[in-house]
Amino acid sequence: MKDAIITTEDLRFTYHTGGGEGQLVLDGIHLQITQGEFVAILGHNGSGKSTLAKHMNAILLPTGGTVWVGGMDTKEENSLLDIRRTVGMVFQNPDNQIVANVVEEDVAFAPENLGLPPEEIRRRVDDALRQVGMYEYRTHAPHLLSGGQKQRVAIAGVIAMRPRCVVLDEPTAMLDPLGRGEVLRAVRTLNETAGVTVVLITHHMDEAALANRLIVMSGGRIFSDGTPKQVFQQVEALRGVGLAVPDTVALLWALRQAGVDVPLDAISDEDCANVLFPLLAPDRKEL
Amino acid sequence: MIETQQLSHTYSAGTPFAREALTEVDFTAYRGEYLGIIGHTGSGKSTLIQHLNALLKPTSGTVRVAGQDIWRSKAVTRATRFQVGLVFQYPEYQLFEETVYRDISFGPKNMGLDETEIDRRVRQAAAFTGLDETLLSQSPFELSGGQKRRVAIAGVIAMEPSVLILDEPTAGLDPVGSEELLENIREYHRARQATILLVSHSMEDMARTVDRIVVMDGGRIPLTGTPREVFAHGDELERIGLGVPQITRVFHRLNAMGAEIDPSVYTVAQAREVILATLRKRGALHGN
Amino acid sequence: MAIKDITLGQYFPGDTVIHRLDPRVKLVFLVLYIIALFLCTHVLSYGIMLVLLLCIIRLSKVGFRAVLRGMKPIFLVLIFTAVLNLFYTTGEGAPLFSLGILRIYPAGIWSACFMIVRIGMLVSSTFLLTYTTSPMLLTDGLESLLSPLKKLKLPIHELSMMMSIALRFIPTLIEETDKIMSAQKARGAEFDTGNLAQKAKALVPLLVPLFISAFRRADELAIAMECRCYHGGEGRTRMRQFQFRPADGVALCLGFVMAVGVGTLGRLGF
Repeated sequence: MKDAIITTEDLRFTYHTGGGEGQLVLDGIHLQITQGEFVAILGHNGSGKSTLAKHMNAILLPTGGTVWVGGMDTKEENSLLDIRRTVGMVFQNPDNQIVANVVEEDVAFAPENLGLPPEEIRRRVDDALRQVGMYEYRTHAPHLLSGGQKQRVAIAGVIAMRPRCVVLDEPTAMLDPLGRGEVLRAVRTLNETAGVTVVLITHHMDEAALANRLIVMSGGRIFSDGTPKQVFQQVEALRGVGLAVPDTVALLWALRQAGVDVPLDAISDEDCANVLFPLLAPDRKEL
Repeated sequence: MIETQQLSHTYSAGTPFAREALTEVDFTAYRGEYLGIIGHTGSGKSTLIQHLNALLKPTSGTVRVAGQDIWRSKAVTRATRFQVGLVFQYPEYQLFEETVYRDISFGPKNMGLDETEIDRRVRQAAAFTGLDETLLSQSPFELSGGQKRRVAIAGVIAMEPSVLILDEPTAGLDPVGSEELLENIREYHRARQATILLVSHSMEDMARTVDRIVVMDGGRIPLTGTPREVFAHGDELERIGLGVPQITRVFHRLNAMGAEIDPSVYTVAQAREVILATLRKRGALHGN
Repeated sequence: MAIKDITLGQYFPGDTVIHRLDPRVKLVFLVLYIIALFLCTHVLSYGIMLVLLLCIIRLSKVGFRAVLRGMKPIFLVLIFTAVLNLFYTTGEGAPLFSLGILRIYPAGIWSACFMIVRIGMLVSSTFLLTYTTSPMLLTDGLESLLSPLKKLKLPIHELSMMMSIALRFIPTLIEETDKIMSAQKARGAEFDTGNLAQKAKALVPLLVPLFISAFRRADELAIAMECRCYHGGEGRTRMRQFQFRPADGVALCLGFVMAVGVGTLGRLGF
């Protein structure tokens, strides 16, 4: 039984804008994320997904309930640094995460904060940059990089701490398709080869489809929790909470509505084509 | 309505940093059409659209709006800014006034209109972008991200431009917000018969909304045409790095697998029709 | 000319002897150079300093044109100072030129010349430092040199962090300024017409969003830094370690010799 890296118990969070009533953003979240998982958290703007993410490394503290990271209670002030080196976080805006003038200096920021010896820092910086494919750019100035490259540098800066888990809060929201692809590839590699737990907050269906577990949030609660195949089948329900499904699933669902008997769990291009082919050319054998 | 002839633009011309962003581009947008411009960062699309409202001056070539060269005189150039409205990416970062009303009225005020006219335009623009009247007296900085964006867009619509250019208007919005905004834009298109230029990365968004697509790559326009025509060039789009809508990809795949099906579909609705039609023909459809 | 093209104090990357010197040594050398400059009184000493400067410029491969360009902004200051010295220095001998109360003495001409050369060399040597040392290294070097002051509870680390973050964001903020200007121009704003008052008012749609954005950035950056375990200067190590090389020793010695030498020459009337 793999251990849980992040656990929340009846997590509640009320956002106070100063004076008077607050706004209930998280309404009792019970969640457990195990080491090695690739979890995508989907939700419309205002569903609480970003707020949930910020509880995972103690940027926000719960107003009710508890959050444990690697067995540590996030409310414990003494555990703060340990929590933050266990769960790293990457944000939406690539520019506002980069501290230094030179790529490798920025990636070194976290290990430097941890007080590691210079040779160890050097090693980690090189490793991290290689893992995200940015090693050749190590002496470049960050402001001259593309969005996707900047985000990869930000990711490298986080994995230089060798965290057990990385939370990414809509990391591709400000990127073009090329940049999105770069970042998602880097994240996938991280999870698959280094076994780092990945929590990806997004509202892009195609990104969520890459995960092995999907959590859908709505109105501060968990609406659905399962594999992408399981979750995307609830087409109407997802539309009801302000989300969409990948076009492949939307097509299959539309066909189902018209009386055609097709499964709804063929998300990828290949799977969808394989489902449709026998309908269109039943006498031809698949190649 | 708007056209460029042999338009070229070089940034930092004459310095070692010179970069040719546009090379002899001939571009046309017809009156009243809903045009999509697609291309990568660095393809020149931002440079092109900034020429259309006279923010950038061509290094060579001409830009005409309603047949008139926009650099003919200072007056014409200035008028072009109001005739061709340009909404940049993440426009909510340009808000600055004390109230939403005042921010939206910035454009009309610069046009030198009188108070009653400004008032009418501000309220109408707010209505077009789905902003409630009660928000007009609030500070723009108290609003949500989505609302701020609508305020920014209203600020441009209030100038009542006959051409509206939007650069990635749905960037950062969730699916519902995206759909609502695109609907608002469609409304504006219908109501004012305006020419709309939508710059986007999303093939799927393009496929659903525009009449015609212009593809940009490396400062040139390699492809233009209706969505059907453009998406038929899957290979070339792939080479440029742009790709086609997912539905089109699936249908190309089906075609390659041997199914006799027209691969030039690009929306879910079309795909559904094509498949149902094929099934009906074969008598394989029960009921319906 | 785009704002980005300013070469004032900019860093020109390179791999010359000068570039590779320890930034702390360069800083100390600059201070010694400036001290020496003020000890100069005679053509000979000025001459030595000038030759030294020219050698350094040559070694750094920055190019004389870049150095001259760096002096453009202070051109007026140079002229003004020269004129002042020309007319207000009195000395021995008869005035060379008289016009009413204005008199030019031989000493005045020397004085003006020396002033121009002195200011020129002061500015050039400072620019040479920034041309050959990246901003990051400069702030690191400064922090390292001033670190003994930490014992006096001076916020050296915080100041150094502030400086390097500011330097990192300058190009980003310039880019943002351009974007905001374009967006407001697209709504009919004009930034270069009208009198001073009108121009100032026109800046509001530019400055308000810029400031708000800067504060937002600062907030987000602070959170990002905390997520990467930043907790102030205590216990922080650095990846980059300054290594004192032979070349640094030579430069340092040269600096001291220069300062002492010129001072002595001054004493001796040179």
